[in-house]
Amino acid sequence: MVAVAEAEACSLIVRDLRKSFPAPDDPFSRRQVLDGVSFSLAAGELVSLIGPSGCGKSTLLRLIAGLEPSDAGDLLVGSDPITAPNAERGLVFQDPNLFPWLTVRRNIQAGLVARGVLREKKEEVDEFMRLVGLEIFANVYPHHLSGGMAQRAALARALINHPKVLLLDEPLGALDAFTRMRMQDEVLRLWQARRTTMLLVTHDIDEAIYMSDRIMIMTPRPGRIARTIPIALARPRQRSSEDFLRLRSDILNFLHFAGKA
Amino acid sequence: MEAQEDLIPTTVAEPASVLRWRTMLAVPGAAAATFGVHLLIAKSEPPLESHSYRLLFGEVIAVSIVLALMRRFFPRLRQWMARMWPVFTAAILFLCVWDVITLGFRLLPLPYFPGPSSVLRSLINDRVLLLDSTWHSLVLLLSGYTVGVIAGLISGICIGWSSPIRYWGMPILKVVGPIPATAWIPLAMVLSPSAIVSSAALIALAVWFPVTMLTASGISNTRASYLDVARTLGAGRGYLIFRVAIPAAIPNIFIGLFMGLGASFLTLVVAESVGVKSGLGWYVSWAQGWAEYAKVFAALIIMAAFFSTIMTLLFKVRDRVLVWQKGVIKW
Repeated sequence: MVAVAEAEACSLIVRDLRKSFPAPDDPFSRRQVLDGVSFSLAAGELVSLIGPSGCGKSTLLRLIAGLEPSDAGDLLVGSDPITAPNAERGLVFQDPNLFPWLTVRRNIQAGLVARGVLREKKEEVDEFMRLVGLEIFANVYPHHLSGGMAQRAALARALINHPKVLLLDEPLGALDAFTRMRMQDEVLRLWQARRTTMLLVTHDIDEAIYMSDRIMIMTPRPGRIARTIPIALARPRQRSSEDFLRLRSDILNFLHFAGKA
Repeated sequence: MEAQEDLIPTTVAEPASVLRWRTMLAVPGAAAATFGVHLLIAKSEPPLESHSYRLLFGEVIAVSIVLALMRRFFPRLRQWMARMWPVFTAAILFLCVWDVITLGFRLLPLPYFPGPSSVLRSLINDRVLLLDSTWHSLVLLLSGYTVGVIAGLISGICIGWSSPIRYWGMPILKVVGPIPATAWIPLAMVLSPSAIVSSAALIALAVWFPVTMLTASGISNTRASYLDVARTLGAGRGYLIFRVAIPAAIPNIFIGLFMGLGASFLTLVVAESVGVKSGLGWYVSWAQGWAEYAKVFAALIIMAAFFSTIMTLLFKVRDRVLVWQKGVIKW
């Protein structure tokens, strides 16, 4: 299973991506949100995207998901251009967005139902419920779940389609500090188990250093990737090791300057 | 009172059982009092007139005493009695007051406001016709309501989902919808040869508007992020409409169903008293024509029971469909 997932995992290429929206105060002008964003993800890589709010991180994810068209530039998964949302790019939001009218089990299998392949892949539902440790909550409705459990269900729901790229839009942002650290390990475990390529948007510098292979720092107005920092620390990482803290202060300094410029 | 007792649970235990006995005795007590008052008032009336009324209270007293004795063995029965007995007591006392005002002091003009005993007698004597009228009302109501709900759901989903349909449909809805369905009666009578068919169509029209309106707003207010998530899970249009937008709109749709039900009751009664020659609405105006006001009241009582039963059924359906929305686990 892991081998198949590895072969399927495919790199994402973003080349000179541009996107503007009508300015909210002036209907005749447009605000450039993304101005020439370029990067690529290798298969199986976990890359974080950090930056101040309003720098276009979420817009970038929506474009990659195919939920919105870009103005210019290339978006490729492998060699296929992205034109519309589909199951090969999963998306997890800060709000788990579980369908409240479905039980946990039915939420997790929603992707299989949507693609009409539930019958063939029935046993995978159990596999993913085990993977995120929610077997005993199978028949529970989402409003009974805690924030962490709901987000685990949302991750399982996104992963069940074996996406080539999993896009995570501040998925742990709404959790309390302790649950968040536990969930970071949880996401890492899922990533190591399935070797899915992941692009993680976060505003938490510690989270980015703790989890990712690389960190891309975005600056706002217009949104660009200002710097890419590879994280060469061995896993599992120590949150308070010297190297960790040095990286942290580097990034803080950079963001500070970036904010003033 | 209750709140204070809750604060001091230790002192509640003793008086609670006394209270419970008082509650238990309230129903037979009130029934006996009403019975006695009635005997005093109805001395001058022919005994046949109030025979069944007296029988009723004899039964109420007997049944309530039997239940009070049995409650020790059935905890569910005990809970039900504790909840319902105050209401029953009030209802019986209401009958007593009604009796005193009408038959006792004759405070209300008599042919129009008969006492409870003669209403009960009409209820029993005319039961065949009343039952038949109820049946006809039920058939008419259900056929009109079903057609209206189906039409309303279809138009509501279309208007809520597709913006071209919304553009062309909303003006029609806004102009035609608010007209009370009963205002179409003159036109409906001309258009359709059968009063039953045109009444069913009017009921359907009355139901259609609120169901369409609420369904459309529910569908178009589906949280965008649910739709986004579904798209990234590989959902096509069918899944987005039937498995995301419609379930998300169900709470709203039920509000429309309730509003439509209220409108359908109104339209049913008006249509029956104007055009259709059967049903409870017809019965009321027919009895009024003969100045038999006891029958009018009897029909009103049947209507109250009939309509509130249907309303309760719809509530039960909603509770089943919307388990996911409630705070309690149910399965």
